[in-house]
Amino acid sequence: MKPISYIGRAATVAVLALACGLSGAATPARAGGRSTAQDGIALSNSYAGNGWRQQMLKMWNGAAGYATHHHIIARTKVVNSNNSATQQASQIADLTLQGWKAIVIDAASPTALNGVIAQACAAHIVVVVFDSLATAPCAYKVAYNYVSMGEMEANYVAKRLGGKGNVLEVRGIAGTSVDHDIHEGIVKGFAKYPAIKLVGSVHGNWTQSIAQKEVAGLLPSLPPVQAVVTQGGDGYGTYAAFKAAGRPTPLIIMGNRQDELALWQKLASAPGGYQTFSLSSAPGVSSIAFWVAQQILAGAKVPHTVNVPLLVIRQNELAAWLKAVPAGGVSTPLYSQKWTEELIAANLSGKAPPASPIPTGMP
Amino acid sequence: MAAEARARRLALRPGLALPALAFLLMLGAIIAAEPRVASYFGLTVLLGFAMPAIFAALAQMAVIAAGDIDLGIGPFLSLVNCIAATWLTDRPAAGLAALAGLVALYAAMGALIHARALPAIVVTLGASFVWLGLAILVLPTPGGAAPAWLAAVAAWRPPLLPLPLLVGLLAGAAAEWLLMRGAYGVVLRGIGGNPRAVARGGWSLLRARMSLYAAAGLAGVLGGLALTGLDTSGDATVGGQYTLVSIAAVIVGGGEFTGGVVSPAGAVLGAFIMLLTGSLLSFLDVSTDWQLSAQGGILILVLAARALRRRGRA
Repeated sequence: MKPISYIGRAATVAVLALACGLSGAATPARAGGRSTAQDGIALSNSYAGNGWRQQMLKMWNGAAGYATHHHIIARTKVVNSNNSATQQASQIADLTLQGWKAIVIDAASPTALNGVIAQACAAHIVVVVFDSLATAPCAYKVAYNYVSMGEMEANYVAKRLGGKGNVLEVRGIAGTSVDHDIHEGIVKGFAKYPAIKLVGSVHGNWTQSIAQKEVAGLLPSLPPVQAVVTQGGDGYGTYAAFKAAGRPTPLIIMGNRQDELALWQKLASAPGGYQTFSLSSAPGVSSIAFWVAQQILAGAKVPHTVNVPLLVIRQNELAAWLKAVPAGGVSTPLYSQKWTEELIAANLSGKAPPASPIPTGMP
Repeated sequence: MAAEARARRLALRPGLALPALAFLLMLGAIIAAEPRVASYFGLTVLLGFAMPAIFAALAQMAVIAAGDIDLGIGPFLSLVNCIAATWLTDRPAAGLAALAGLVALYAAMGALIHARALPAIVVTLGASFVWLGLAILVLPTPGGAAPAWLAAVAAWRPPLLPLPLLVGLLAGAAAEWLLMRGAYGVVLRGIGGNPRAVARGGWSLLRARMSLYAAAGLAGVLGGLALTGLDTSGDATVGGQYTLVSIAAVIVGGGEFTGGVVSPAGAVLGAFIMLLTGSLLSFLDVSTDWQLSAQGGILILVLAARALRRRGRA
């Protein structure tokens, strides 16, 4: 019985596929069939006041500008709130009334927007949240797995130290889910290596100057440190603190910021060399969120949570990335529609996500 | 006849015509830009977030009536939000007791300011950190859920009038009745404007200030509940901006820092206006980067217009 029903189902799918093909949809397999040329996709961003967010907005404009220019969508718009959840909520209410087909959100609060998001969903608007997520069940989520980021760092460090040594942890802003998850991953990762000791931990708030101050304050009380695990935006400050204290430079995990990559290259080209790796979330995730929203509007099958791989930079890619990061910026590709489709497909099938493209020039 | 006379008095009260006109003009401009706003659903969505702002403005107005200023009302709303999204859902009795306790704390704050002749600006600023700290203790990371009845109230679609307008009307009318019509209302406004006369009249200044602060606490609790109903969850930092929005709403609505000169109806209109400034820019496709500047600009314009009118009268 079973094989026959499989054949039957396959035949139905084939007939349906044929019907789709005949109905004249341009690329039914890829775009799900429905044209989004008349649709508008808006971005509601909670905060625009740091380099990461500025680059995130630039990447949004890159993707949305490309899409409007090529008539994939009709229009786009960006609204920023001043890190205030209530202001962002009323901005989303306004967008709900303005006839946008999809609203993409970098949220000021994981919970405070849930009411307006539900309201937008009820008005048949596609809601996609990314970066700082909101927990509203009806929203699609474009998410980084920050626990895996901590685990990757721990595994790399353990391998480099031969499973034995003292490690300092530089954390992000206390109380945020990102800091919590990375820390959890680091602890989980080192649990397999009992000879590796976390000898200290400071909150560098993803900011070089704060990381430098905090590490410098803790260093005098620490035994020799062989490696530092970080969260991005704190690698350069950590190096500066070690140097000022006259201590040997430990293995520092970098976070894709331009100053960190430049430091890495300087250290690597000095006699003796320097090996590490660098990873972080990429501001270009806004372009992924944009294309995910477009794909949902087009009727493509999209999982409710799209997991995005972290942007990892290895020693052999360092030179290429350095050329593509503006001074003071964060490394990021501008993700394309095709790349996002591959990512969605990988998420659906449970396969490994596609590799992040390396930009060939400054954005 | 009496109602008509009262209506005329209300309309003629200095300062009320201007915010009313501004509110209608802004709403008109938004409807011109996006006609679908001019519907029951449209007004409900557009004005929804005015509800917490209205109560925050009324709370601020009660404190400003006493000649004081409240720099803690925003975090206070956050605290109510956190209590409502946790205790009020799990243990309603404890939640209600906690909210009643908060009103009592506000009254006690009024008593403290009066008894020790402390500057309210410092006491309420200090209190703002206490509210924030308590909110974080109640709910360390954002989460929780609003009680079902509260979410239902916030989602209620009353007949004829959209909920935010109905809430504005009722809250404004209640505050007008208490502060502007009642005999004790004169006393309450008097302690801000002319405390010596009130004291000579045999009224207790302490009790009057405590009443005003308790009213502010009650309005703050209602504002926090409205916010919880809209958000459907809790967050210890969510109310922050209501401190400045509430002050601006009172001033735009015709209140003054000199004490005793306030207008509940104006404060409600002011709350709507502060909300619509942001929306107006969005509907006119002006970058939201200008939103804060626009809100500040309106405040300066209102004060400048008032100063000019005063000079004209003198």
